[in-house]
Amino acid sequence: MAKTLFDKIWEQHVVDSIPDGPDVLYIDRHFIHEVTSPQAFAGLNSRGINVFRPERVFATADHNVPTIDQHLPIQEKLSRLQVEKLTENCKAHGIQLFHLTHKHHGIVHIIGPELGITQPGQTIVCGDSHTATHGAFGTMAFGIGTSEVEMVLASQCLMQYKPKKMRITVDGKLGQGVVSKDVILYIISTLGAGGGTGYFVEYAGSTFRNMSMEARMTVCNMSIEMGARGGLIAPDEKTFEYLKGRLYAPQGADYDRQVPNWKELFTDPDAVFDKELEIRAEDIPPMITYGTNPGMGIPVDQPIPSRAGEEKALEYMGLKKGEMLLDKTVNYVFIGSCTNARIEDFRAVAGLVKGKQKAENIRAYLIPGSKLVEKQIDDEGLRLVLEEAGFEIRQPGCSACLGMNDDKVPKGEYCVSTSNRNFEGRQGPESRTILASPLTAAATAINGKITDIRNLV
Amino acid sequence: MEKFKTITSTAVPLPAENIDTDQIIPARFLKATDRERFGDNLFRDWRYDEKDQPKGDFVLNDDKYQGSILIAGKNFGSGSSREHAAWALVDYGFRVVVSSFFADIFTNNALNNGLLPVQVSGEFLSMILEKTISNPQEQVLVNLDDQEIKLLSSGASAHFEINSYKKQCLQNGYDNLDYLVNILDKVTRYEELTQKP
Repeated sequence: MAKTLFDKIWEQHVVDSIPDGPDVLYIDRHFIHEVTSPQAFAGLNSRGINVFRPERVFATADHNVPTIDQHLPIQEKLSRLQVEKLTENCKAHGIQLFHLTHKHHGIVHIIGPELGITQPGQTIVCGDSHTATHGAFGTMAFGIGTSEVEMVLASQCLMQYKPKKMRITVDGKLGQGVVSKDVILYIISTLGAGGGTGYFVEYAGSTFRNMSMEARMTVCNMSIEMGARGGLIAPDEKTFEYLKGRLYAPQGADYDRQVPNWKELFTDPDAVFDKELEIRAEDIPPMITYGTNPGMGIPVDQPIPSRAGEEKALEYMGLKKGEMLLDKTVNYVFIGSCTNARIEDFRAVAGLVKGKQKAENIRAYLIPGSKLVEKQIDDEGLRLVLEEAGFEIRQPGCSACLGMNDDKVPKGEYCVSTSNRNFEGRQGPESRTILASPLTAAATAINGKITDIRNLV
Repeated sequence: MEKFKTITSTAVPLPAENIDTDQIIPARFLKATDRERFGDNLFRDWRYDEKDQPKGDFVLNDDKYQGSILIAGKNFGSGSSREHAAWALVDYGFRVVVSSFFADIFTNNALNNGLLPVQVSGEFLSMILEKTISNPQEQVLVNLDDQEIKLLSSGASAHFEINSYKKQCLQNGYDNLDYLVNILDKVTRYEELTQKP
């Protein structure tokens, strides 16, 4: 029978099946961080259980860490305690931790791929809903809660019901100034914030094939924003090339043996999906959001639509139906997060702002996704370009994406952000988030108001 | 985990749609390393103003509405995977959330904490919201054994779905961890068989 890529990976990982119940799935890679793991370790400790396969678990402190002075002890007490707890738990259980001063430290979904820990065909989980990022490598990757983190630590397995399958096909060439972030914002605005709930998505078509691995990660990252458990893209030569020589990827002869297995990871031509969506790349414009969930997105040059039930969101955002966002003054720009904090994002931003100055009203934060990305920014001479343009480069972490540390957007202020969520208060109490691509964010920083990148390139 | 028993309670109506887990518990309250007292910050920014004073127009601050059943608009629990959202609801005293649609990860987190998500039709949801808003004394019965939710005053009822395995877990207070740690030899055999790298 013809199978989807998702079916193939699922079937390869079934350890046990409970009659009329879930499958027990083996988990190849488990990422943990400081915020959603302490209660899981406490649970294990209270039951006297050890971590079953510590070599399959990788840890980083990213959500709750400062993005300045990372070499110093963390000032804020609760954050410090949480990071200390993670360090203590990793040490006690023999888990690899990329601590704050480690040369490979960074946001969990940036470092996994960057270090080659993420590999095609794997099952990957993390107590974080953006785990779908790793789907860009043809993996089945999804977010879990802390009780499930505890289960995976205890058994390297998870009980799961098989979700329905959706294929989203985008074919054709993207227009000028349109990038992967616009593609996923367009998809989410088409399906709505709950349109993917109950599904696992496969992204297919020439538009994704033509994307770099980093661009694919941006797409898969936001699968959860339409409610989907995860999203994946079949691996190809770009995937194999990306992994070659990375620290935790198979090396030499091992790599050569793996590639033929990875090449088997595709959806059979006759495989059937529960739902299909087809989109033409040329229909996708630069996108921005106007509301308080990522499904509330529009083309940057269009007015806010008149839809019933959105009044509360618009009131929160201080916006009106029919209003244009284009040319609206904003004072904050945030370029970072597991969605858009990879080197290609910063190259694109630097290319756009080179020789220009940010507008006076703008405060522009730029947060690399990892120490390695930060190093690339330095090695490629981008730091100078970005700082001369007036951008503030900080150290790696989740930062103002969720405002757990000091990087917050003040009450009532708009922030054009490359992150993934525009929920009420997401970037700080009563902050107002407008999601966009790194190009749109950079152009907005230069002009001091929301800008259509197509008028700038 | 506590066994789930039949519940009869008044309900707290919260008709907003797409209530994400950032609203249920904002990120800045996720800094604890235990599971205690998250209920204090349940719906924090809807419930309290910036001076930490209760906002009069929010339903949790309205003494008329009490009970262990929360009734919310569609797509409840979207967004972040934070289980703290389920902990906050349970710690506050909720045992059931009724909506017409739940986010996947929230559903798992709720069930893993003995909090029952009851999914009903949009029509039934509108009706039950209207009844409980207009009559705060309205008694709602949630019977897991029969998979039924009922308004006691009118007898209006709806069936809800739950997987038989999850149902048994809730009825008996089992959790998945109990099962998983008992099949570790099977897991080891799987690893050997597949020669997991």
